[in-house]
Amino acid sequence: MSGGSASIGGHVSGFAATRRSDGWWQGWALTAGGLFLFFGYLTLRAFTGKYYWADPYISPVASPPLFTPVNGPGVVPLHHAWFGAFPSFWPRFLPQSPAFFIPGLAIAFRATCYYYRKAYYRAFAATPPACAVGGAPLKYRGETALLLFQNLHRYVLYGALLLLVFLWYDAFAAFFRNGKFGIGVGTLVLIINATLLSGYTFGCHSWRHLIGGKLNCFSCDGASKTRYKIWKKSTWLNERHMLFAWLSLFWVAFTDFYVMMVSSHHITDLNTW
Amino acid sequence: MATRTFKVWRGDKDGGEFKEYSVEVQPGMVVLDGIHRIQAEHSSDLAVRWNCKAGKCGSCSMEINGKPRLGCMTRLNSLPEGTVTVQPLKTFPLIKDLVTDVSWNFEQNKRIPPVKLKPRDADGNYRMMQEDIDRVQEFRKCIECFLCQDVCHVLRDHHKHDHFVGPRFMIRLAQLEMHPLDTVDRVPAMRKEFGSGWCNITRCCTEVCPEHIQITDNGIIPMKERVVDRYYDPIAWFLKKVFGGSKA
Repeated sequence: MSGGSASIGGHVSGFAATRRSDGWWQGWALTAGGLFLFFGYLTLRAFTGKYYWADPYISPVASPPLFTPVNGPGVVPLHHAWFGAFPSFWPRFLPQSPAFFIPGLAIAFRATCYYYRKAYYRAFAATPPACAVGGAPLKYRGETALLLFQNLHRYVLYGALLLLVFLWYDAFAAFFRNGKFGIGVGTLVLIINATLLSGYTFGCHSWRHLIGGKLNCFSCDGASKTRYKIWKKSTWLNERHMLFAWLSLFWVAFTDFYVMMVSSHHITDLNTW
Repeated sequence: MATRTFKVWRGDKDGGEFKEYSVEVQPGMVVLDGIHRIQAEHSSDLAVRWNCKAGKCGSCSMEINGKPRLGCMTRLNSLPEGTVTVQPLKTFPLIKDLVTDVSWNFEQNKRIPPVKLKPRDADGNYRMMQEDIDRVQEFRKCIECFLCQDVCHVLRDHHKHDHFVGPRFMIRLAQLEMHPLDTVDRVPAMRKEFGSGWCNITRCCTEVCPEHIQITDNGIIPMKERVVDRYYDPIAWFLKKVFGGSKA
């Protein structure tokens, strides 16, 4: 038993109180640590505003770039940004980082994801920290009040699908340097990144619902049968959603790290150019 | 022969205490066997609900070493060495020892609108294909052990019995809503009366299900998504505001 006070049935109440004798806190600690580490790293990188570009590789933290700084170490070239340089009215206290625009959708997508909700409700809100373990002494409203915004997950999904198009474009663009076809370690890193993110996105519960789950009859007409086939594939991914959530998160961070290291000349990209 | 210490809650709604029993154990024994041996050798008035002893009736739900489990499906050699702690379910009122009053669950079931089938085909038959009912059949594996209800923190810790129907009945709702022949619209009730928004999908219900039903991914989340379809679709909301229309 850990913590709390005993009541009828010998049950204990209070934060983290339980009679569980297994290492329930290990999963909690791993999840909390993993979320803190990877989201912490990506947030930090979003605010650095540099080393996002190592021709022909672009970090997923900065892609697609709406604006880019005019100069600075490892910044995305001006011609690569949709609208060129950052506008003059950009606040001085904020670094000029392309990560603040469309890539932010990825954060919103993960923040409202059904898997991550479980992960951070347990890890950070402790509602509850683990099964049959006492939760944080908070007034619990579930997702009926402040957290109603979680219901917008599917609309962030639309943004994530758009983002996926750009990330695949980046991966294919990584085969060309100055118009010359080739391949480098960075190309493979970017392709794996887009692949894992596709596995994560197409296993999304909202995608699975929209693509076919909302139907009650899968066999009623041709369109339903097609949607059923896609739904089944999405279900396969959905059953591995947690795996893809973590793999893709790790790989986004790794991709950015790799681009940063090449861009800052700490490592040399092996390639055919 | 090896022995194992069982620490079993003895008492009723007015109070009680843990009592320890030393029980001879053999390979293959489950926790319920140990309880039966206590009844036979130490305390014949120890109350426990059980029936099939095969993991199919859902009667012997209890908390073993702090986790909601079926007594008949928990082998002693699957538990860590040392004392085995056995308690009644926490979420429901205690009757005696390991027996709780789970009748609240049956009341919830009565609140759910039953299936209302659409008209038969012209030849007088109903037709549905296997792929249409695969999802529904998963939910029909439920043995109503109520372990999911017990572990659900909305009921267990926050006592929101008046607001949330619990995971067992969310999948009952899903089972009916996804039925290809059913015509009843339960989405408004799912949101209000049955409280789908109270679930914060921490998946403990799925973790404890002895039938391995994917309660959260295949039942609760699809139902939450249907509620989103109806109530939280900003595009539909905007169109309704601009062009008017009745609230579903």
